[in-house]
Amino acid sequence: MKTIFWGSGILTMCFLILIIGYILINGLPVINLTFLFTDPIDSGRSGGIFPMIVSTFYVSFVALVVATPLGVGGAIYLAEYAGEGKLVKSIRFGSETLASIPSIVFGLFGYAFFVIYLGFGFSVLSGGLTLALMAMPTILRTAEVAIEAVPKSYSEGSMAIGATKWQTIYEVILPAAIPGIITGVILGMARAIEETAAILYTVGAALQVPVSIFDPARPLPLHLYTLATEGISLPNAYGTAAVLVILILIITIVTNILIDRYTKKMMGR
Amino acid sequence: MPYRIEVEDLNVYFGESHILKDININIEKNMVTSLIGPSGCGKSTFIRTLNRMNDTIPTFRKDGSVLLDGNEIYEPKIDVVDLRKRIGMVFQKPNPFPKSIFDNVAYGLRIHGMSDKDVIANKVEESLKAAALWDEVKDKLEMSAMGLSGGQQQRLCIARTIAVEPEVILMDEPCSALDPISTTKIEDLIHKLKRDYTIIIVTHNMQQATRVSKHTAFFLHGEIVESGLTDKLFMEPEDKRTEDYITGRFG
Repeated sequence: MKTIFWGSGILTMCFLILIIGYILINGLPVINLTFLFTDPIDSGRSGGIFPMIVSTFYVSFVALVVATPLGVGGAIYLAEYAGEGKLVKSIRFGSETLASIPSIVFGLFGYAFFVIYLGFGFSVLSGGLTLALMAMPTILRTAEVAIEAVPKSYSEGSMAIGATKWQTIYEVILPAAIPGIITGVILGMARAIEETAAILYTVGAALQVPVSIFDPARPLPLHLYTLATEGISLPNAYGTAAVLVILILIITIVTNILIDRYTKKMMGR
Repeated sequence: MPYRIEVEDLNVYFGESHILKDININIEKNMVTSLIGPSGCGKSTFIRTLNRMNDTIPTFRKDGSVLLDGNEIYEPKIDVVDLRKRIGMVFQKPNPFPKSIFDNVAYGLRIHGMSDKDVIANKVEESLKAAALWDEVKDKLEMSAMGLSGGQQQRLCIARTIAVEPEVILMDEPCSALDPISTTKIEDLIHKLKRDYTIIIVTHNMQQATRVSKHTAFFLHGEIVESGLTDKLFMEPEDKRTEDYITGRFG
């Protein structure tokens, strides 16, 4: 029995290494400073992916700026104020359903609502907002778990010296829950960065660096999709994929290090 | 001598269960009062009624009156936040915040509107000295409080409590998670603090009650069986049940 579980664990690892290895082997040779820091030429047949890297950060940033306060706010409400009523169950159910909607449906909604109805056009804003809807349930759920995991003794200690509920939440509970909340935000961000379907209909397909939030953009996954499906340049598609994978790895590793440092400082280890 | 706290015909319920029954007790100013009794007899519930910490439990109900300096603490116009500033509490398990040692004490000052850095720093030092912790931590105030030993953490919690200048300090078995040396330090501290504060301490340790307190109340099944001067209660108990408990026949 143990061997079977060991085997499935190892197999999972192998697939991960295989996929990342394959992408890197095919992609790394393409990557150099020119590839990273110049505009694409001829729809991406040659040249670089600088506007796509900028687009990726820009769109994800908009998504996080919108989704983080909503998600964390909702989590605070659910964990600290709501208790166990019908409303809470509905909110939780809604959030979980939202998380399981296929991303292409988000894309369609984003197109109908943000692009057409609200008139934001194909833009960083439309794409960012669509991604925010997708990232929010992840952030909410992770933040809620993080807040609930804060020992009750902390808030009791705070209440017992005459802190209000809000002071207790803001000064004691949230700082203690920050590592978990950040993890949620990063998970949400990773989801936003790697998402393609949701932005397919919302962000446009510009090949220039977006400046205003109303400019169209082309984040890395979308560029990769276009390069591959339209047969523009497979090597550059691998290069783009490698950059995407490396970006996500860097973000994950850096936040883990920062969270670790913060936790150590907080817990005095 | 006027009483700091007067409790009259207090009954406490959690949902259907009747936890405290007809509690009557007066707590004298600047004295230490011990509450003893077996586990589950309502001692903790009782002190948590005094600073209204039970308010957070949805099924909590009470009747009877609790007066602090002659004023009913359960009156609607009473500000609970202000009440808890006046009646501080130290918990069974040391529960410092995951902040620096300095911020643990400064937190209470800041939330009550103190903003001058020097004033706060002075007050933090004063409180840590009063809690007999200053010499051990003065060089590492910026370190996390979670890195302190259990006994130090508990004294930090006491410092945090006295920083906001309460009139009463409730202590819920403050030494039960500590080693004997830390316990001695906390007991010495209680002797020092009673000059300025009225202290109510829940304890399972009867020697501790005789060491630290002038008055003792014996709780059993949610009632006060007997209360009075500690010496008298332990030397010549009036009630058979008190005698059985203090001689170790049950509990």
